[in-house]
Amino acid sequence: MPSRAGILAARPASRSGASLVRRPLVVAAIGIALLLTALVAGIAAGSVTIAPADTLGILARRLLGLDIAPTWTAAAETIVVDLRLPRVLTAMVVGGGLAVAGAAFQGLLRNPLADPYVLGTASGAALGAAIAVLIPVRALILQFGLLHALAFLGALTAVTVVYRLSRVGASAPMTSLLLTGYAVGSLLAAGLAMAMYLSGTGLRQIFSYLLGGFDASSWIRLAVAAPLIGLASLAILLRARSLNGMLLGEEAAAHLGVDVRRERAILLALASLATAASVAISGLIGFVGLVAPHVVRLLVGPNARLVLPLAALLGASLMVGADLVARLLGEIPVGVVTAVIGAPFFLALLRRAHAGYEL
Amino acid sequence: MIRVDGVTVVYRERAALRDVSVTIEPGERVAIIGPNGAGKSTLLRVIAGLLRPTTGTVELGGNRVDRLERLAVARRLSVVPQLPVLPFATTVEEVVALGRLPHEHPIRGMRPGDRAAVAAAIERVGVGHLLGRDARELSLGERQLVLLAMAVAQDAGVLVLDEPTVHLDLRHQVEVMELLGDLNTRDGTTILAVLHDLGLAAHFFGRLILLDHGRVVADGAPAEVLAPERIREVFGVDPSFVRLGDDRQVRQVPHPSTRATLPT
Repeated sequence: MPSRAGILAARPASRSGASLVRRPLVVAAIGIALLLTALVAGIAAGSVTIAPADTLGILARRLLGLDIAPTWTAAAETIVVDLRLPRVLTAMVVGGGLAVAGAAFQGLLRNPLADPYVLGTASGAALGAAIAVLIPVRALILQFGLLHALAFLGALTAVTVVYRLSRVGASAPMTSLLLTGYAVGSLLAAGLAMAMYLSGTGLRQIFSYLLGGFDASSWIRLAVAAPLIGLASLAILLRARSLNGMLLGEEAAAHLGVDVRRERAILLALASLATAASVAISGLIGFVGLVAPHVVRLLVGPNARLVLPLAALLGASLMVGADLVARLLGEIPVGVVTAVIGAPFFLALLRRAHAGYEL
Repeated sequence: MIRVDGVTVVYRERAALRDVSVTIEPGERVAIIGPNGAGKSTLLRVIAGLLRPTTGTVELGGNRVDRLERLAVARRLSVVPQLPVLPFATTVEEVVALGRLPHEHPIRGMRPGDRAAVAAAIERVGVGHLLGRDARELSLGERQLVLLAMAVAQDAGVLVLDEPTVHLDLRHQVEVMELLGDLNTRDGTTILAVLHDLGLAAHFFGRLILLDHGRVVADGAPAEVLAPERIREVFGVDPSFVRLGDDRQVRQVPHPSTRATLPT
């Protein structure tokens, strides 16, 4: 199977010299093509099939304002513009944001197994959401309910607590962060289990939050979450230099001009913000934030300046694709799809590249 | 210029440095020697601004090092780091390129000048044959050379090294010493290195600073600093193990089998 082995077997020898410059451009072009394909497919496919040409026509007419005579029904236009478009765009933004946050956490903690949820964001958000289900208030402000608010706050609170606790007398801050994250996460998981036990009829709602999904996407929710995720991701990208410095450890980073304490706090805050905003609108969707940065690193190396934007592209494409699969299989939770695709993919990746890629 | 003035560092109630004052002029080549635990690495960390002295001050080019931004320090002083555990596959070229972090454009990254500096450092340290390799697959000695190339690429005017030859074979030890000499004489780079090998220190460095129990006990030319009675006093070893030659060469001649019987 030479073609299948090709991508990974070619590393690391081929990732040197002139390819350092050219390869990222090729990967970026493929990433953009992949994302566009996923977006169009995601908009065109669903329980009501709309021809790709019609989909493009509707998008061109509504988004670009082109004067195209409709060859489609008004219902098709509503489905595309009000249901599918916000949905695929939400998947795109969340996938991209989780991938960037995952890459940042991996670089910051210097741990390839880190993902956006590693420091307690996931368990904090889950507990917040579960508490929201238990509280019998069903008011919505701008389509945001208690569940979104508490999930968002829960995620940020959990990370803040982990960060504060880890700083007490820690000589190895990164290890301390990881272990504290694990401990706090376990505690919050116990709280979640209790909330689920008490939830009665709300159990299904908590469960569907835990598995994640984009079926409740809307333009307004996207309009609130996208700037948060987008700006946090952009700010992380602008600090790529700090992440690069940390490749060799914190002391070396300091010698290379990185103010380690400050940069660590800022990057943690930004990555947590992107993660919290993502999990607030889409629930807990695993693997994208873990796998996307690794795939990109295998292709272009560990330079954060390349890894962050390319992981965003790949994460966005993966998430749109996973949501499409979830819809085609009758609205199963997208978290199930990403796990089923992501876990074996990750294992295959590790096996192929075992020589140059140890965990 | 590096000016260390009255620096005392207390670590968990133990003084690692006691009232150390040292001045290093631009373009000097200085080796710090002394027994284990004498405070050599602590002195380097204080000079690099990584460790704040309990009392006393450190100035780098006229500025207090603890008041400079990390980026400003990194442009004036480069440090060959300890061998790190790399979390991801990283090619040798990518590691050397990290030396340009303090200089590269904050958003666009490396510019042509940075790439040229990386290529020059790779050439100069002689790690060109390792380029495409994953730095994690290299031997300890090779990794040490790659990190040296990174620090050379940083092009900072002052190069600080802690035990730069510890994992190297004899040929590479001499090559690294010659490279440091070349960087010093040809580029005017100030070299500050902690060395254990007194022979290398005396042969390749014009000035030695001898530390013992956190104090500077001698500072000057090798023949003067490595006086036999001082070697016996500080290292607790008979000076005949460290022979001063006709010129100012010092050679370590280890004879472990005769060690116990030698008169003191």
